[in-house]
Amino acid sequence: MKSGKALSRISLTLALLSWLALVFADLTLLFTRSNQIPSGFAEESPYILRSLYFVSLFFFFRYRIKRTEEVNFVDLLWRVFVTGLLTTIFSLSLKSFDLLIGNLSQNMYVVNLFYLINLGLAGAFIFSTFMVWKRLILYQKSKLLMRGWLFFEYALFASIIIVFLPEAIVSTLFSAILPILVVIGIILSANMKWVAFLNFKQKWKSILLMMLIMLYLGYFYINISGFEDNPNLLILHDNTAFLNGIFIFIFIYAFLSVLVILFNLPTSSVFEQKLGEVVNYQRLSQSIQTEQSEDKVYEILLDSAISTVFADAGWIEISANGQEEDALEKYQGQYTPYSADLLYYKFRIQDEEIAEIKKNLKKDKISNVFDFKATDRAVNYSKFQSNLKQGNFKTILALPIEVQNETIGALVLLKDVTDGFNREMAEIAHTFVNQAGISIENFRLLTSALENERYQEELKIAKKVQQSLLPKMLDSNEDFEIIAFSKAADEVGGDYYDSYRIDENKIALIIGDVSGKGTSAAFNMSQMKGVFHSLSQLNLSVLQFFDYANMALSNCLEKTSFITASYFIIDGVNKRVDYARAGHCPTLYFSKKEGSARYFENRGLGLGILRNNKFIDHLDELMIDYRKDDVMVLYTDGITEAQNFKKEEFGYARLKNLLEKNAHKSPEEIQQEIIRELYEFSSKENVDDDYTLIIIKFK
Amino acid sequence: MVNIDTKIDADILTLIVVGEVDASSSINLDNAISKAINEGHKKILIDGKGMSYISSAGLGVFMSYLQDFDKNNIKMALYGLNEKVLNVFKILGLDQLINIAESESEAKVLMND
Repeated sequence: MKSGKALSRISLTLALLSWLALVFADLTLLFTRSNQIPSGFAEESPYILRSLYFVSLFFFFRYRIKRTEEVNFVDLLWRVFVTGLLTTIFSLSLKSFDLLIGNLSQNMYVVNLFYLINLGLAGAFIFSTFMVWKRLILYQKSKLLMRGWLFFEYALFASIIIVFLPEAIVSTLFSAILPILVVIGIILSANMKWVAFLNFKQKWKSILLMMLIMLYLGYFYINISGFEDNPNLLILHDNTAFLNGIFIFIFIYAFLSVLVILFNLPTSSVFEQKLGEVVNYQRLSQSIQTEQSEDKVYEILLDSAISTVFADAGWIEISANGQEEDALEKYQGQYTPYSADLLYYKFRIQDEEIAEIKKNLKKDKISNVFDFKATDRAVNYSKFQSNLKQGNFKTILALPIEVQNETIGALVLLKDVTDGFNREMAEIAHTFVNQAGISIENFRLLTSALENERYQEELKIAKKVQQSLLPKMLDSNEDFEIIAFSKAADEVGGDYYDSYRIDENKIALIIGDVSGKGTSAAFNMSQMKGVFHSLSQLNLSVLQFFDYANMALSNCLEKTSFITASYFIIDGVNKRVDYARAGHCPTLYFSKKEGSARYFENRGLGLGILRNNKFIDHLDELMIDYRKDDVMVLYTDGITEAQNFKKEEFGYARLKNLLEKNAHKSPEEIQQEIIRELYEFSSKENVDDDYTLIIIKFK
Repeated sequence: MVNIDTKIDADILTLIVVGEVDASSSINLDNAISKAINEGHKKILIDGKGMSYISSAGLGVFMSYLQDFDKNNIKMALYGLNEKVLNVFKILGLDQLINIAESESEAKVLMND
């Protein structure tokens, strides 16, 4: 770019200098010739300087016009027009000045000077035009076209140089080259692809500008030719094949352009329309990547459809249910065009008008409009179109908007003449609707993928919370050994256990299961932990504990949530366990004395099930006097309900037998045996539910 | 996966529940019971012969309607539960709050008390 700029400056300077030198040389020669004084200049120097001027101009405009890549066609023509206007005005003012002063042109010096000035101006105008023409011709160029153009340029160049050859050769070459240049020029002039890209208004502008450019060309041609007859003129005009060739070429191209544009005028609206369709289509398909909402897609759809089919008004209605995530599954495909809960996107239409149109449609029983059941490929567009009898609008075109084969709404287009939409328009609108459907579908898939990811993230957090709620160590005393084992399923469950040392000899112990999964389970569990730690230190009886716990939890649990728990107070002094069960799995107890195990069968009710003071009536309290080597097993339903491949459950009997068989072992060993058996039974380590196992062995 | 059919015999509405009532299918049970209440039925029986499993979410559904039944003077009873499902109700203590009968005739007797 920078070198291009520099080159254009250098060439401009060179052009100016060579023109000044040309004037100087010309006048000096004139002076010396008329005064019979031998001049220091060669006779050919004006020719050389003139050629130099043309060449520099050529390069100047070449670089200048090349640099402006992004300019549109009308702007380019406008530039040529301005150049032409300025040069013509200058030339004309010179002429009027001459007339005003009175026949200055009789003076041979003045004649020569005027000629050179006009030549300079004409040169500037012609070369700028030439380069613009080059850009127009080479628009969407091919390799062949490039070659043709280069040949043309070189030939013109050559015609500048042949001036220096002997007179005879010049005239033969000139007569040979000029027709060739003209032929090539005409062939090249056939390249007018740029015309197609003008819209209607631009075409008219271009015609006007082209005509004016032709006018300037004519003026300069006549002006310069006018000097030729003048005997006082030093430089002769006739052997400039270059200038003539370029003149003719520019004129031909301008003339042909005007004709082509003129003939293209009637079809330009169709071309514009097609271009508009493509652009609108692109906008729709891109809208999914750039827009953040479904709203925007509908807006673009309405906008595109209306402008492409030249509708006078229209609206889009979308089943509101479809947009609410929770309701999405429930109500999918239940779009009814006459229901109230629709979302509207309107264009030049009022709510009342929409209601009126729909009412009339219903009354008139034009069932084909708004009958969106036809989803096959061979869509009969006449089914979607109808004439309206009342109101401002005479034609209605209604197309269903489908997402994943479910109709979620409709695009409605209106026109104020009857049979306003032809088949092609309906097809285009249909294409748009389909594209919008795809965009919405993609959008929804993307949204749900994000939702899912967020949910997974929430689960991770919930799991962390849950883990942190379980104690690392359970309290114990010299009277018993305790060991806990807990494993959470992939999804967060709600197993909970904890202990609290009430005093030196008394320890409170709880095991529970919170209903529900995921974040709500973790949340309920933390509430349970709070309740446990607040109430256990009050040294309440086990029934009192549950009474208060139920009251507290009733206020914060959801309507369908409940918590099951077993609560124990182990008293080392009295060697007694107080126990109550709030809907939790019955505790398994092995008595060394009896040599067998049994499940406690006291009544119980889950916390939060009965949210009043009658709750406590449904619980029984048990007091167990423990002896040395008795074993108590606390667990959650994840263990008893674990299933094998036959869908059989691990069950209570199996657990009881296992305990009886292993009761003489240490708590760790008992626990390991049970877990090992559980894994063997379910033949996998990942049991679907959470499971917790606590073994207490009394000493 | 659960399938719920309804049967009306005189003034008694019977919901026939077949399948597993887990976290996701408990919604169907919820809808069925809610519909029965809204339609004004005062005697609702639930046939659980085909109920092979019930999760805590399913139990939660029954639990959540206890007050509505009470308030609207609705009599409700379950019958035909298999041992496993019945045990789940018993452990949670719901058998103390809901009428659970062995057979349909026994359940109908409870309705007319």
